[in-house]
Amino acid sequence: MSSIDFSSLGPIVPEIFLSVTGMILLVLGVLRGNSSTNLMSWSVVGVLAIAMLFMANQNTNGEAILNGMFVHDRFTFFMKFLVISGLITCVTLSVQYLHQDNVVRFEYPILMLFAGVGMMLMVSSNDMLSLYMGLELQSLSLYVLAAIRRDHMKSAEAGMKYFVLGAISSGMLLFGISLIYGFTGTTNFHVIGQTLGEEVSIGAVLGFVFIMAGLAFKISAVPFHMWTPDVYQGAPTSVTAFFAIVPKVAAIALIIRLLFVPFASLSDQWFQIMWFLSLMSMMVGAFAALRQDNIKRLLAYSSIGNMGYVLIGIVAGGASGLASVLVYLTIYMVMTAGTFGIVLCMRRDGAALEKVSDLAGLSRNSPWLAYPLAILMFSMSGIPPLAGFFGKFMVFKAALESGTYVLAVLGVLTSVVAAYYYLRIIKTMFFDDPVEKFDKEIETSRKIIIGLSLFFVLVFIFNPSPLINIAQSSVVSMFGQ
Amino acid sequence: MIEFSILSLLTFLPLAGVGFILLIRGQEDIVARNAKRVALYTTTFNFILSLYMMFQFNPETSDFQFVEKTEWFPALGISYHMGVDGISLFFVMLSTLLTPICILASWNSIKNRVKEYMIAFLVLETFMIGTFCALDAVLFYIFFEGVLIPMFIIIGVWGGARRVYSAFKFFLYTLLGSVLMLVALLVLFLEVGSSDIQTLMANPVARDVQIWLWLAFFASFAVKMPMWPVHTWLPDAHVEAPTAGSVILAGVLLKMGGYGFLRFSLPMFPEASEFFAPMVMWMSVIAIVYTSLVALVQTDMKKLIAYSSVAHMGFVTLGIFSATTQGIEGGVFQMISHGIISGALFLCVGVVYDRLHTREMARYGGLVKNMPKYATIFMILMLGSVGLPGTSGFVGEFLSLMGAFQVDTVIAVCATTGVVLGAAYMLVMYRNVIFGVQKNDDAAAMKDVNKLEYGYLVPLVLMVLWLGVAPSYVMDRVAPSVQKLIGQYEAGVAKGLESSNGENNE
Repeated sequence: MSSIDFSSLGPIVPEIFLSVTGMILLVLGVLRGNSSTNLMSWSVVGVLAIAMLFMANQNTNGEAILNGMFVHDRFTFFMKFLVISGLITCVTLSVQYLHQDNVVRFEYPILMLFAGVGMMLMVSSNDMLSLYMGLELQSLSLYVLAAIRRDHMKSAEAGMKYFVLGAISSGMLLFGISLIYGFTGTTNFHVIGQTLGEEVSIGAVLGFVFIMAGLAFKISAVPFHMWTPDVYQGAPTSVTAFFAIVPKVAAIALIIRLLFVPFASLSDQWFQIMWFLSLMSMMVGAFAALRQDNIKRLLAYSSIGNMGYVLIGIVAGGASGLASVLVYLTIYMVMTAGTFGIVLCMRRDGAALEKVSDLAGLSRNSPWLAYPLAILMFSMSGIPPLAGFFGKFMVFKAALESGTYVLAVLGVLTSVVAAYYYLRIIKTMFFDDPVEKFDKEIETSRKIIIGLSLFFVLVFIFNPSPLINIAQSSVVSMFGQ
Repeated sequence: MIEFSILSLLTFLPLAGVGFILLIRGQEDIVARNAKRVALYTTTFNFILSLYMMFQFNPETSDFQFVEKTEWFPALGISYHMGVDGISLFFVMLSTLLTPICILASWNSIKNRVKEYMIAFLVLETFMIGTFCALDAVLFYIFFEGVLIPMFIIIGVWGGARRVYSAFKFFLYTLLGSVLMLVALLVLFLEVGSSDIQTLMANPVARDVQIWLWLAFFASFAVKMPMWPVHTWLPDAHVEAPTAGSVILAGVLLKMGGYGFLRFSLPMFPEASEFFAPMVMWMSVIAIVYTSLVALVQTDMKKLIAYSSVAHMGFVTLGIFSATTQGIEGGVFQMISHGIISGALFLCVGVVYDRLHTREMARYGGLVKNMPKYATIFMILMLGSVGLPGTSGFVGEFLSLMGAFQVDTVIAVCATTGVVLGAAYMLVMYRNVIFGVQKNDDAAAMKDVNKLEYGYLVPLVLMVLWLGVAPSYVMDRVAPSVQKLIGQYEAGVAKGLESSNGENNE
């Protein structure tokens, strides 16, 4: 192993910067105590923004550094951009929430920051070891975040559940990695890809299946989704928002890289697995949500279903399939951010509300929450002319292009089922009689996020090309190697 | 040719109205009054603009006119492409005519959330006009599907007692059909490599692909139309929707299905259309006879008219899939005429509903004594719906049946019984409501139509008579496009036959 050449560290500068500042902030937080939480939050937002600036000036030639552990190309650039913007959104959404629900802890934003670093490592990893490292850094931060309201039964339970199941999934992942290592003699993605070659050994397939099971857990694809509703419901709402938005992006990026770089030659095998995961996720996401009355559980199933649609794009494969994944993920992120922004405003007399029925008559009481939520829900159910439609449009188009007709048809049919529960939320807000009003105070930063999300959803139709172009050019690097 | 893009203006002007309404501030009643005014002015101006377009329309050609085309989705090769031909022209007119009338009809009857109501109608108008003008399949789909959002809200918020059930049924039924169309549309897009409607028409795909795609498109249009047996959402939606919602639903939204058949199914999948035509025609006959019989036993006026709509739409599909000149022209004319007549009939029901808040026929009776003007208007519309010569209903039904007779006598004879049944249920309703004894004091005390109601009903009545006596103004403009459509259809069928013969000879 050669010594580290510092001049080649360019691609990893944002990660290094974020880790170092994260640790500095942690020390500062310890010194100043919980009263510095707000300061910490805004510092994290600032630090993330700076990291984004670093990223903008980075070279995205896809050169692997640190002995092939780490790559940075246009694909990772796109995904990291999503991760960082998601993080900024989530930290911003949390600021007011932390005070409202008495979780004023300075670790909170810093944990999010570390989770973010983990995700960025996941996105950029080009080796099983860096993959595992990134994944664990992310997961450990998320376990703590889920349980951060430790004096609250549900939150502690959520954290525990997430931790136990997450540990199992990490175990499976590690087992898979060891199998792959055993059969190929390497952990580097490119070398694995070359070694596996044309000839497929049963051991490698087995290893791949274990790795996929571990990752399917992270994106809560069915049948590895059991934790999702419980954790979403139990975790503090701002953490749920975080879970729904950011980790999925990183895990999907990782899955794409695994499927198209080291396991490209196993495509016959992974096609079936992903096909199944996709179909089951869509079905469970659509049908299980029908009877949910807790809006956080409902959104958990909704995110399971959405991951199913994302997986359609992966199954479709090819440049257009992956581009559709990126477009879908971006739109999904924006819609989810807006939705959770509004869910966070569901409070009455200082207490958080979680039931769909609490939204009754919202269009009368607070139209400024009801109309955006209605638009977001129509968009989530994929009704044109809203942005959500274009995500589905791209994904289904890619699927049909690659000839996976059955998945596409079942996908659109489940989207009709899913439309029912999104409509139910709209129905509750618009058709039902009003109950008591929600608390009025909504922080400006939260309003801005809801506003931006809404703006994107409404205006995307007028100029969809930039996002699609960027997505298309980002995935080229996946195939260029 | 005019310089400014009139179709975009027509389509998006209502959205400008929405912008103005959103700017209105102040007390609730002031906001409501101003919102109504803005909506009325916008839609009236839009109607005048569409009249101007109609006069500018060149009846000599079958090409698309007022065409606009700009890049919109260059990454995927989808463009913003608008244009009208003889078929779509009158659907645009129907949309622009009925929207201001709907706003007038809601002037006094809608009391809560007036601002939102007006916004919903303006957005709806945008989507309706866009659907008929779009010359790009994806653009068409966006408008076609977008209609669901305002209509869902209109039924759900301002509807009757079972409004939630009806709104969901309407939304999910239509969405289920439409998503299948979306898949088919994407397949078509990938097969041909373009989403431009004219390109798609010029390049029919292989026969076995056509069959599947036709079925998927049929799923969407048949639900929208609605055809038997997927018509059950319509009576529910009509009964629960507010009057103006019913008018738009019957007047314009149902026509989107028929328009879809004409714009997509026939020209793009000629071989599949030929293959399925007997099935569709039989389904139309079943629709005509069955729903007429169902209409005969209804006690709710709106439900009766809703079932009669399904029957009348049966004549439309019958005519369209006869694929003859008379049949298709009849289908188009029948849709335009039905749009006006059924819209006006719903308005008539709305007039008495506003006074007595019931749609049960048994609660009325003898209205001719206290509401003579109303009785006259209702009579002309009723006779138009029956298809009396001299009204617009006759022309459409007659031509559709003439088309059907050329293809299959048995089907045509069965369908003709529908005309008799149609007369039966309409006359029964008229007798129960207008004639007979005055059973209830409150019904007997109702005042005749006021100036506002008179104002929006009389133009429609005049249209019914005018189109019945002089259908040529419409027909002259529809005919060239229908000729072209039949040309495309026959060329496609002939090409299919040729290639299958070629295979057999080998």
